[in-house]
Amino acid sequence: MTETHVDPTWVQLSYLVAAVLFILALKSMSSPRTARTGVLLGAIGAVLATGVLFFSGIELMNLTLIIVFLVIGSVVGLVAARRVKMTAMPQLVALFNGVGGGAAALIAVVEYLVVGSDDLLFLFFTVATVIIGSVAFSGSIVTYLKLQELMTTRPVVIPLGKWITILVAAATVVGGVWLIVDPQQWLLWALLGLGLLFGVLFVLPVGGADVPIVISLLNAMTGLAVAASGYVLDNVLLLIAGTLVGASGTLLTNLMAKAMGRPLTSTLFGAFSGTTAGGGGTGTDRPVRSGSANDVAIMLGFANKVILVPGYGLAVAQAQSTLRELADLLTEKGIEVDYAIHPVAGRMPGHMNVLLAEASVPYEQLKEMDEINPEFSATDVVLVVGANDVVNPAARTDQSAPIYGMPILDVDAAQQIVFLKRSMRPGFAGIENEILFDPKTTLLFGDAKDSLTKVVSALKSV
Amino acid sequence: MDGIALLTIFVLSVFVGFEVVSKVSTVLHTPLMSGANAIHGVVVMGAIIVAGESPPNSLELWIALAAVLLGAINLVGGFVVTDRMLEMFKSKKPAAPAKEGGAA
Repeated sequence: MTETHVDPTWVQLSYLVAAVLFILALKSMSSPRTARTGVLLGAIGAVLATGVLFFSGIELMNLTLIIVFLVIGSVVGLVAARRVKMTAMPQLVALFNGVGGGAAALIAVVEYLVVGSDDLLFLFFTVATVIIGSVAFSGSIVTYLKLQELMTTRPVVIPLGKWITILVAAATVVGGVWLIVDPQQWLLWALLGLGLLFGVLFVLPVGGADVPIVISLLNAMTGLAVAASGYVLDNVLLLIAGTLVGASGTLLTNLMAKAMGRPLTSTLFGAFSGTTAGGGGTGTDRPVRSGSANDVAIMLGFANKVILVPGYGLAVAQAQSTLRELADLLTEKGIEVDYAIHPVAGRMPGHMNVLLAEASVPYEQLKEMDEINPEFSATDVVLVVGANDVVNPAARTDQSAPIYGMPILDVDAAQQIVFLKRSMRPGFAGIENEILFDPKTTLLFGDAKDSLTKVVSALKSV
Repeated sequence: MDGIALLTIFVLSVFVGFEVVSKVSTVLHTPLMSGANAIHGVVVMGAIIVAGESPPNSLELWIALAAVLLGAINLVGGFVVTDRMLEMFKSKKPAAPAKEGGAA
């Protein structure tokens, strides 16, 4: 802790205002009506706090360089956030989170090198910041690579991985304690390296549908790292903001895991047990029934009730608007149409809602899983567009499947099922879907947008 | 500030953090996570502080400046991307289906 500088009262009051704004921001973002206001409040708080810092009377050397790097970082963040496609947004959030954790770790390193202290609490929080921050950094980078499909999306199980991970974790703890007892510079660098290594080992075995939960967990971890860095720097606002994010992030992680029916422990340690063998075979030579756009249009046109199940494939093909066009057309014909939204449709909880809202689909037509599941048995046709894992019954039956235990949409209860798919390739979790081979299933192969366009024009002439 | 005061603030913040997100609907999980992510971007303040106390032209300064860069990306990018997500939730008239370029 630096004892040299005490913030003037007006600065401390500004930090208090910023802290309140952060709390209000999180509160507002929990409800759809006030969510946008929440973002604004949070941004105002952040700008206020950062602005005040420059005039707080704290001695800042290297001011020009600081401002240059601040501007470059802001521009990079702005451009990346503006340019990203909505489909690729989850991995960008992971990346933003990672760099935040990295920043926290580096701050603790510099504070230790420049100021330093023998105070036990200072050393404890320095160690905590460096470890948690570097784990969040490297872990987030790996989730980014997975979601961007720059590496395999399946769980990566390295030989003896479990033991290596335990060893690295133990070494990190021992190193941390050692540094607190007997502060030495090389130990700090070692801890940074061990933290980075642990982050990679920790996320590698996590596969497919569990990745979003891990992103959320890493987000909470970065929050804690920031809180710890607040202690290191004796800055109350960092402590409050970081703790708020750490606590709300932990709860959010739990809520997400519940929404997906995944106990958190199985997400984190599932891959350690090596039960991730599911879905090795491709089985693409098994017979399936494929149809033309015309067949699909006729099935839909003569139905009484249709449920649309949008998935990530729809988003990738940018076919949200075409799907809405189809839904409007069916509604005009007096057919009852609903959208069934799985909690993790897309790549993250709520991701699909964002994508459909982008295509102006009315909020009321989007039905959540618990609400829609009882309705499938009374449904004539279910149209699954670019989704796979979220309707895969293997989640109910196959204990070896990585998605086992995840609640799914019960599309197999419907009279007829139509899949619009690009190919027989399995979904993100990499497992075969038995429904595809069901006699009441029809497959229409091709790009989701092309297929939907053809179905729409065929339907107009039915 | 002394240790007990900081500990008090920490514990109270934990409770507030739990409380404010306890009633969030599934639909908003992703935007809320992204918003929380943006808030911990204030870590940039810490980066600025340590960059300001590092000796000019030292290794420490460059590490601190890297932290400033990363923190600023987290803060600005985080808020902008959250806003873009939530922009989609506002009720609007049926838009022309022509707009499908992907990036806004």
